[in-house]
Amino acid sequence: MKSLVTMSRRGALTLLVAAASVLGVSAQNVQINGAGATFPNPIYSKWFAEYNKLHPTVAINYQSIGSGAGIRQITNQTVFFGATDGPMTNDQLQGAPGKILHFPTVLGAVVPIYNIEGVNQELKFTGPALADIFLGKITKWNDPAIAKANPGVNLPATDITVAHRSDGSGTSYIWVDFLAKVSPEWKQRVGVATSVNWPTGVGAKGNEGVSGLVKQTPGAIGYVELIYALQNKISYGSVQNAAGEFVKASVQAVTAAAAVAAKSMPKDFRVSITNAPGQGVYPVSSFTWLLLYENPKDKAQAKIFVEFLKWALTDGQKFATELGYAPLPEEVVKLEMAVIPQIKL
Amino acid sequence: MNLDFRRRVLSAAVTGFCGLSILLALIPLGLIFFFVISQGIRALNFEFFTNMPQPVGEPGGGMANAIVGSLIVTGIGAIFAIPVGILCGVYAAEYAGSRLASAVRFAADTLNGVPSIVIGVFIYSLVVLPIRQFTAVAGGVALGVMMIPIIARSTEELLLLVPSGLREASLALGATRGRAMFSVILPAAFPGIVTGIMLALARIAGETAPLLFTALNNRFFSTRLDQPISTLTVQVYTYANSPYEDWHRQAWAGALVLVSIVLLCSLFARVATRRLERLQVGR
Amino acid sequence: MSSTRLPFRLGGDLSFRIFTGFFALLLIVIVVAIGAELWRNSLLSIQKFGFNFWATRIWDPVAGEFGALPFIWGTLYSAILALVLSTPVALGIAVFLSEMAPGWARQPLVFLTELLAAIPSIVYGVWGAFVLAPWVRSLQVHMPDALRATPFFSGPPLGYGMLAAGLILSVMVIPYSASVAREVLKAVPLAQREAAYALGATRWEAIRAALFFARTGIVGAVMLGFGRALGETMAVTMVIGNNPQVSWSLNAPQYTMAAVIANEFTEAADDLYLNALVEIGLVLFAITLVINMCSRLLIMSMTRSPKAKVQAEAPVLPEPKAA
Repeated sequence: MKSLVTMSRRGALTLLVAAASVLGVSAQNVQINGAGATFPNPIYSKWFAEYNKLHPTVAINYQSIGSGAGIRQITNQTVFFGATDGPMTNDQLQGAPGKILHFPTVLGAVVPIYNIEGVNQELKFTGPALADIFLGKITKWNDPAIAKANPGVNLPATDITVAHRSDGSGTSYIWVDFLAKVSPEWKQRVGVATSVNWPTGVGAKGNEGVSGLVKQTPGAIGYVELIYALQNKISYGSVQNAAGEFVKASVQAVTAAAAVAAKSMPKDFRVSITNAPGQGVYPVSSFTWLLLYENPKDKAQAKIFVEFLKWALTDGQKFATELGYAPLPEEVVKLEMAVIPQIKL
Repeated sequence: MNLDFRRRVLSAAVTGFCGLSILLALIPLGLIFFFVISQGIRALNFEFFTNMPQPVGEPGGGMANAIVGSLIVTGIGAIFAIPVGILCGVYAAEYAGSRLASAVRFAADTLNGVPSIVIGVFIYSLVVLPIRQFTAVAGGVALGVMMIPIIARSTEELLLLVPSGLREASLALGATRGRAMFSVILPAAFPGIVTGIMLALARIAGETAPLLFTALNNRFFSTRLDQPISTLTVQVYTYANSPYEDWHRQAWAGALVLVSIVLLCSLFARVATRRLERLQVGR
Repeated sequence: MSSTRLPFRLGGDLSFRIFTGFFALLLIVIVVAIGAELWRNSLLSIQKFGFNFWATRIWDPVAGEFGALPFIWGTLYSAILALVLSTPVALGIAVFLSEMAPGWARQPLVFLTELLAAIPSIVYGVWGAFVLAPWVRSLQVHMPDALRATPFFSGPPLGYGMLAAGLILSVMVIPYSASVAREVLKAVPLAQREAAYALGATRWEAIRAALFFARTGIVGAVMLGFGRALGETMAVTMVIGNNPQVSWSLNAPQYTMAAVIANEFTEAADDLYLNALVEIGLVLFAITLVINMCSRLLIMSMTRSPKAKVQAEAPVLPEPKAA
């Protein structure tokens, strides 16, 4: 008998909640919508879930539809905040109805992955060699440019199959940004953008597609975010940095790249840290940014989001490493905290 | 006789080919199902159906909100598309010779060929941009627009195949064209029309692109029509593109649930129409 | 019962026509609106490139040079390949299910073929990338050199390419063509077939007579499948290799219009790029229009011959009671 009462009470409560949610009468729940880059999606989803645990009335809904889409949506004001792996250009900023601020949140790295039959060792790549591979100038694995950096490795005469992203992406942006810095030919012939006219290779969709393609095609080379290589246990090589060292991507090496940039950080935080100078720096690293209006229309949401942002830049950083991201260096966080009061609440 | 023999061999060969065709269709079906099931079954548990998405690494993540959201968005699409589609088909069949009917047929075939992402972008500029808000309704409308041509064309084809004797008999009894259509001819073609609706539902059930710019997605449970809403397809897509095994398995489980829902609806519709078929006189 | 004293029925035929006509008009308005929106959002690109857009092979977002030719090629090639592969199979299935299948097997088999349509395109895509493409690759690796020398099979064996795309599209298209063809064949009056058998036809010849009777419906079924193949996005982009090149080779990675829009739309942040992508959508729209017109002319020519006209207008004999 008791269970019947409990059941009916629970049933009535469920009905009430359902009715309330359908009618939109929620208990002061604030939902803030944002969209943008796919790269930081795992850490952002962790942050928003953790923040929701701390502040149960705040539901921040982030959707990873791509950096360009994030920029477009924030410009169109269909979302409250955007996220991007590649900073907005001056033209894009001018096209927005108000001033948009960039806030770096975490750091990530892009690594070269490869699949060569018979080669289990870790390969070393110089910047120019990578550029020439992706330009289609180096076509075989035993090319002297690759062999020189890898003495003692028995490289076969297999053809190189280049795998790149078919969809526009921040990961591509970071990769070609690096290639353009180490190869004037790349910079002139191909350029830097989230989507480029790849001189050669096969396009795969998403980091998943590239890693899948490389895993299945003997002789393939591609680029993916560090987290993908780690999670899928794909072998990735080390890349030569501006100081001449061959560095394998790691959290410390990526944070080191950002620390260097902190010294000459522009006021709006729009900076590229690929091929950063210094020791122990991983050269294919990048910030990822959140985009906010300086003068947001919805003040209530703005107040709440600013609190979240402060949390993310301090307490939130401790979640970064376990998910494969590098936390922001102290200097950068300090600079950002100084800019946050600019947001007109 | 030589000619006779050749004709019979040809007939046997064709019969064999038809049997082979069924196998050719069933082989990929079996392979795909095996693939999806083997990938997704590990993540399919009770929590999957009742929990909300969790950040990666935390156990017990589910897709409850996505399942409910998909049903809502598909429902909106169906409410919008079924009457429009059927009535278009009715017009095209009844006034088959008129110019408007030719235009409708043409329009339906064209709409059928428009890629789903273009429809998503279209609805985005029509419904989302003016109110600066991603909504579940926008997603439903996008899906509905995709369903209309399939329903319209199959309705029209089926109506044209109803024996004209049926139509003439009801007209002779004094029915208006409208009454003849709605009381006699449509019910006669009903099973085929339901097939058309099922095809349309199956078509949109797996669509991601039209929802990306209209309903967006929602990590939280929401049934509000004026807010972004979670759907199975977009959630599966997002998880499939992530680096985490756990999320991949959930993506497969989600795909499995999706296919099962469509299967069940299709089965249900089939059983229902067979009952109706038996009730109809002369069938 | 109509009790009006007017010379025509007011509450009847006219309002029925207006009512259903309204919805017919709505569909047309939707399609025109899509075309108009596509046009409006691609003006920048149209103004810059003009008709050269259709003939240029370059697709360079950084330099701002855009051309649609590789995508037009890839879309038509993959869709036609899919049609060639799927139509015989779809018709075979339709014939099998309506003529040959034993009664107990009919419903389950119908159900199973329609199940192919229920699989989401992203599932097709991932299955294609992880199962089909490697299988195609092993096929290509073991291909005899004589075939490899032809322009249809040149190029390194990657698995990803036109062949994989054509195969997966044909599987996706089969349920649509087969379902409509089956419904159409089911409705061919028994009298037609019985007349054929009475004249001494073999099974195939009787089926051929039924197919001929239902030919306009079958063309409609094939067109439905073709439209599906033209617009399919997700599955194609995961197996076709996404390389904008024009090639006859089935081994070569190529690109389709729907795939490039899906891949690059979310990231296209500058206006010209966006307009170029929308113009690709417009080109696809235009091509669909043209193909529809051609199929319509085809159907018209099929029913224009006097013999066909007589057949189409002949009174249908009542169905015999035993069914």
